[in-house]
Amino acid sequence: MPFIPHTQDDIAEMLASIGSDSIETLFDEIPDDLRSGRLNIVPPGLSEMEISRLMMERATRDGFYQNFIGAGAYDHHIPAAVWQITTRGEFYSSYTPYQAEASQGTLQLLYEYQTMMASLTGMDASNASLYDGATALAEAVLMAVRSHRSSRRILMPQTVHPVYKKVVRAIVGNQKIDIVEAPFCEESGRILPESLEKFDDEEFAAIVIPQPNFFGVLEQVNELTDWAHSKKTLAIGVVNPVSLALLTPPGEWGSDGADIAVGEGQPLGIPLSSGGPYFGFMACKNNLIRQIPGRIIGRTNDLDGKQGFVLTLQAREQHIRRSKATSNICTNQGLMVTAATIYMSLLGPDGLRRVAEHSHANTMDLVQQLEKISGVKKVFNSPFFHETALKLPKPVDVVLARMKEKGILAGFDLQTFYPEMSDTLLVCATETKTAADIQNYVTQFEQALK
Amino acid sequence: MLIFEHARPGRRNYSQAPTTTASTEGIPDQFLRKKQPLLPEVSEMDTVRHYTRLSQKNFSIDTEFYPLGSCTMKYNPRACNALAMLPQFLSRHPLAPEDTGQGFLACMYDLQEILKDVTGMAGISLAPMAGAQGELIGVMMIRAYHESRDDYERTEIIVPDAAHGTNPATAVMCGFKVVEIATDKEGNVDLNALKAAVGPKTAGLMLTNPSTLGVFEENVTEMSRIVHEAGGLLYYDGANLNAVLGKVKPGDMGFDVIHINLHKTFSTPHGGGGPGSAPVGVAKRLLPFLPVPFVSSENGTYSWVTEKERPQSIGRLSAHMGNAGVLLRAYIYVRLLGRDGMNRVAEFATLNANYLMAELKKAGFEIAFPTRRASHEFIVTLKDIKDNTGVTAMNLAKRLLDKGFHAPTTYFPILVPECLLIEPAETESKQTLDAFVTAMKEILAEIKEQPDLVKNAPHTMPLRKLDDVKAARELDLCWKPDA
Repeated sequence: MPFIPHTQDDIAEMLASIGSDSIETLFDEIPDDLRSGRLNIVPPGLSEMEISRLMMERATRDGFYQNFIGAGAYDHHIPAAVWQITTRGEFYSSYTPYQAEASQGTLQLLYEYQTMMASLTGMDASNASLYDGATALAEAVLMAVRSHRSSRRILMPQTVHPVYKKVVRAIVGNQKIDIVEAPFCEESGRILPESLEKFDDEEFAAIVIPQPNFFGVLEQVNELTDWAHSKKTLAIGVVNPVSLALLTPPGEWGSDGADIAVGEGQPLGIPLSSGGPYFGFMACKNNLIRQIPGRIIGRTNDLDGKQGFVLTLQAREQHIRRSKATSNICTNQGLMVTAATIYMSLLGPDGLRRVAEHSHANTMDLVQQLEKISGVKKVFNSPFFHETALKLPKPVDVVLARMKEKGILAGFDLQTFYPEMSDTLLVCATETKTAADIQNYVTQFEQALK
Repeated sequence: MLIFEHARPGRRNYSQAPTTTASTEGIPDQFLRKKQPLLPEVSEMDTVRHYTRLSQKNFSIDTEFYPLGSCTMKYNPRACNALAMLPQFLSRHPLAPEDTGQGFLACMYDLQEILKDVTGMAGISLAPMAGAQGELIGVMMIRAYHESRDDYERTEIIVPDAAHGTNPATAVMCGFKVVEIATDKEGNVDLNALKAAVGPKTAGLMLTNPSTLGVFEENVTEMSRIVHEAGGLLYYDGANLNAVLGKVKPGDMGFDVIHINLHKTFSTPHGGGGPGSAPVGVAKRLLPFLPVPFVSSENGTYSWVTEKERPQSIGRLSAHMGNAGVLLRAYIYVRLLGRDGMNRVAEFATLNANYLMAELKKAGFEIAFPTRRASHEFIVTLKDIKDNTGVTAMNLAKRLLDKGFHAPTTYFPILVPECLLIEPAETESKQTLDAFVTAMKEILAEIKEQPDLVKNAPHTMPLRKLDDVKAARELDLCWKPDA
């Protein structure tokens, strides 16, 4: 019996102890008319060898592509040690560290993670992670509304990841929170601080500031943050964690820094994996710590005064506060954060900076070469991190299909989310792409445009 | 020692990051970071050694019996991990075209069909990323259903007092008022309380069955009738589906919406607290509201169903499609077990729980609901022991750690005083259960003879009892170099 160790003798002895004559009698409290549960569609079991063959066939069918798609999930090299350590049984098969004395491994790791994320974002504190970047933004919106008290309106630029906006609407939609969209400048691909003047007389709980934004463009975060603070509005930064090795962290934006920083943790050692599991990160300034949702780890002492780690501020959480909790969230993304913490340790500040630099430089290189092709030009005139939009002389779907035949996933069709942006490709080349990869892309691209 | 304390300025790894620096001249100085972040400067061996040692300070299923009630800590087959981590699956971008992911999508489609069979529901979406998000989506669909019928008066969700804390927290996140109803002496929902609670304001009832008290809700059919007659919908919290797999289908019990915790019933890893995954299932009348995306199949070609095809969908709850890697592990698990294996899960989970309950009762422990069958879990209450000796459920839990067993769930459900919620799961052998009973007997003797030994436990862990009060009062959430 797969994964069930009982022998016939064991079963007989156990039933004798219970005083039952069969396992079936143990279900006698279930009313007979409900007992129709036998499974019909689930196929017969496979051996490990058989399921291995099936899965390998399916994986092989999907194959490998050179990936130049970003749009919220990024292809970075993951050191071998990251997942070898992360999938040790002691991390992989443990649970939420409710019994602190028997969970110091996970707890200390999470404390180290919180330290790294707070520093990377320039904030005072970080929680132990949320589901993904999109839900982290939704939680940040709820947190801003809780702490602002007088406004339930959020200013949401159109340069924020469009799916994040959808997720925010879905999650906060039933809580009478108003999401107001702010348009972007078509030349620069970013929010012009002066364009916010029209909102000067309106009250908002928070403005969301993406850096880089969905187009890869760098927003004028200092001006946007100061504008928010001038009207007692919180600034929520949505940031790429790898970019933070290079870019000014949200905690240092403007005169006082953003109030909350969130984002998608996937670039920190998490494989693309068709979209998950990833993790969302959230960090904030000191004055907001008691409003932060999710698990938080604190350092303390044991009875002998030795340093140790525990879940703390649990009075915010659903298992204590029930209907009055800050969020219904029960878990964090423990295993993903384990990987991210090991990733950040292996890379260190210098290694992570190099990853960011090469991702920027490779995309610059690719774009400069593509711009030499007749009819291809950059859509926006602003600086970007590692991703940017290109206008093509042909429909994007035709080009993508031809590139795919050459084994290249050439980018993302921006019209998917922005109907007015026809023939516009969003492209990203991370540090994983060599000069030869970029050259090959350019050569194939020229062919595809013919 | 913290990883930061192993660091030395200028130490770094040479093989894992690009070997050279690169130009950042495309980025104006005003955007550049001036002070480097506090990431450790350590070698690869330092990192590997540090985190390997940290891992050794954890209890886990792979190293200890872990009878954590309501969490279903069963063995996580290694094949599920190895095959979900095939490089083609890992490297696939979420926005890659559908025709480059037909192998992956086939697995997702098959899993949807299997979950329909397991739950008896008409439709499944794999999108939710954890149990609490599955609940949120379920309750959002209940709301969308009522609103689609122009019924805006239904503002209340009924939740039994034994429910997981996520249930009431979720209802509030969806803008509902929570009405709590009581449990009777036998551990069933009090039917009179339910009858008094329902009315034109009832949007729905959230129910876990078997309940968190470790018993099957015997009046579920009657409850279903009461809620449906009042115009409300029935939500099934699938936290305890493991106990009835292949015996009862939630769809047959009259439920309209369900979430399934794959990290419980389908044995995907708990990972120190996530990632979870909690597909939702719905009855026919809720099909239009399912969250997107999910997978459809036409002539053997798989594709995503999105907002375009489902305009009434409650929308998207993650940036992509949910926790694909967890879903793959669940799929591999169910294919390994197959139909017969799935039917056996509930049988052996129930056998183990009832055996352990019988043995602990014989050993002198008080069972909270002694006249009932255990489902896959049961409750021991230490109320009398505490009254007589001052030893608490938490003390006993900590003493179990000394004896090499992870503690059961303590102080949940809240309505049973000094409780231990014990769930052995089907993958444990009789010999492990017997060793646990022996440890519990030893502790019972210690409570009588040397109660302070138990009150001051643990004694053999890397640390002794930790000061939670200090942690909350003198918040220390980040290491600082000069502290």
